[in-house]
Amino acid sequence: MRTYIEFEKPIAELEAKVAELRSLSSDGSNVSIAEEIGRLEQKAKQLLAETYAKLNPWQKTMVARVSERPHCLDYVGGLIEDFTTLAGDRYYAEDAAIVGGLGTFRGRGVMVIGHEKGHDTESRIKHNFGMARPEGYRKAVRLMEMADRFGLAVISLVDTAGAYPGVGAEERGQAEAIARSIDCCLSLGVPMVTVIIGEGGSGGAIAIATANRILMLEHSIYTVASPEAAAAILWRDKGKAIDAATSMRITAQDLMDLKVIDEIIPEPVGGAHRDKAETISRAGAAIEKALKSFDGLSADELREHRAERFMKMGRSI
Amino acid sequence: MNWINNVVPPKIRSLLTTRREPPDDFWRKCGGCGQMTDKKALEQNQFVFPCCNHHDRVDAKSRLKLLFDKGEFTIVAAPEVPLDPLKFRDGKRYTDRLKEAKTKTELTDAVLIGEGTLDGRPIVAAAQDFRFMGGSLGMAAGEAVATAMEHAVDKRAPFILFAASGGARMQEGILSLMQMPRTTIGVRRLRAARLPYIVVLTDPTTGGVTASYAMLGDVHIAEPGALICFAGPRVIEQTIREQLPEGFQRAEYLLAHGMVDMVVHRHKLRETLSRVVRVLGSGQGDTSGRAKGLRGARGRANGHFNGSALDGKEMEALAREGNALIEPVADEERFPSRKADVRTGRGDDGKPKSGGGAKGTA
Repeated sequence: MRTYIEFEKPIAELEAKVAELRSLSSDGSNVSIAEEIGRLEQKAKQLLAETYAKLNPWQKTMVARVSERPHCLDYVGGLIEDFTTLAGDRYYAEDAAIVGGLGTFRGRGVMVIGHEKGHDTESRIKHNFGMARPEGYRKAVRLMEMADRFGLAVISLVDTAGAYPGVGAEERGQAEAIARSIDCCLSLGVPMVTVIIGEGGSGGAIAIATANRILMLEHSIYTVASPEAAAAILWRDKGKAIDAATSMRITAQDLMDLKVIDEIIPEPVGGAHRDKAETISRAGAAIEKALKSFDGLSADELREHRAERFMKMGRSI
Repeated sequence: MNWINNVVPPKIRSLLTTRREPPDDFWRKCGGCGQMTDKKALEQNQFVFPCCNHHDRVDAKSRLKLLFDKGEFTIVAAPEVPLDPLKFRDGKRYTDRLKEAKTKTELTDAVLIGEGTLDGRPIVAAAQDFRFMGGSLGMAAGEAVATAMEHAVDKRAPFILFAASGGARMQEGILSLMQMPRTTIGVRRLRAARLPYIVVLTDPTTGGVTASYAMLGDVHIAEPGALICFAGPRVIEQTIREQLPEGFQRAEYLLAHGMVDMVVHRHKLRETLSRVVRVLGSGQGDTSGRAKGLRGARGRANGHFNGSALDGKEMEALAREGNALIEPVADEERFPSRKADVRTGRGDDGKPKSGGGAKGTA
């Protein structure tokens, strides 16, 4: 049973009607009903395409957060062979909000790191809803440094509302962990490609997104603070999240205009969650293309490319 | 006197009441104990309240004046950046907010860069001004921090940063987030040039600033009582819905948890900075080969003594009692100025800095 997002109500109604007619027609082969089904299906499809062609920033926020959307481990499952999970920061704990490990991607050895939100209550709790603590970032640093030592490309998949705001996380140096992780990204002599697959939230995202190439799924968002947090800061009212989402320019299309990201990966009609396999395969093709473009560059050239990419940002808008 | 209050008109009544708020431009209320101090005296005391040693916030220009010899420095201009790239408004237009902040602070944005000498040694420093939209990190501030760091590399001078910020500037959206990697690139250039990078964390240093350049210094010095964090206490309280521990996210708490090297009273800050910069700089004339050999020793020079028998609680208690740390020092106890010790011929051209003489009143 599909769950529908608020703004998909008209589509849900049409699809419900189709399902109803189907169950009616299954006992007798009524031609007029079959025709009606075809007509309604066509209409639902068209409506879905139209709706998704012009989603506003707030609607995109909801799509980016929808729980059926493919998450980090779905991409890993679909794209990475011989995936071997690595755990722990070697200082304090294992933080499952960021998952990572070794594997082979289309013939090349890679290190994958990414935020995992989980898909049901149990796994969401296990992965802390994709909100990492310092240990998560310190693990990311450990894996990135390992990748650098062994000459493996780094693929990072970003999907987080932000770093976890808790007493323990602060006590153990959340800020320092994020800063070190950004620093580590910039130090890599291997290519690093980031895909924003859902929510790219704040410092928690940039910590593992300081890459040579940044790709973004069509209906994902990337923000300095979640719309709710920004609303609380700017208007002192969380209810203004819609206003914040609208004015902060958080969609992939906005970020392309601002030259913060390099490429938008188109999603299937109706969003990534309507066709996970297709989404994952499109992302795979885009990652492969990005990695290929860095073949033959030396470690220094890669570092220089990354620094240059960020230094010129905002200088010409 | 109740009957009087009932019959006299409000204007006259206000004259009768004994408790009157002092005029705003003369007194300042202590954030620690609530006592009033005259603003002139406060400034003479380096913005530290004499009543309870509460450290008041300091504007960027006063910060740099307190740092450099005789309060003299040259302002280094930061490059201009596109204004209001998002055409943002939140009740008010962002451009209007910027204009207001500029008028109020006489700054171009939240970061002021200065160049001068500290005990005769050339230094580049940058100070964030909390009055300018909460010291928030936007494109202009990020560009200024990066410029200041690059300037230090060009001049082969140590870099001192006074952090004070509410975090990212929401009105610039993602472009403000991008200042985190951009400023980190600056830190990496300082590091590659083997120049000391000292961060002074002042009240408050939060959010994206803490999670990038402010936590990447060689030496971290915090001012007593300063709030230093990633997520602010209000956000955390809302998330976990319980009372936060006392002193949480304050300078002393960070010291106890290993995030800063020391908590230093403002009266001792200049001496401490001078000493740290001098010692770190003393190895600089070496060839890169020798500098590499010194790498192991550098950790110790930073004050990271592993295996200390003190546990966090004890450290925190000590810091809080803190007589050694937060008492003003008598002049004769102060760190002696080491003007005679300035090294020449350490890769620099050795001639006196022309900028040092200009007045810091620009």
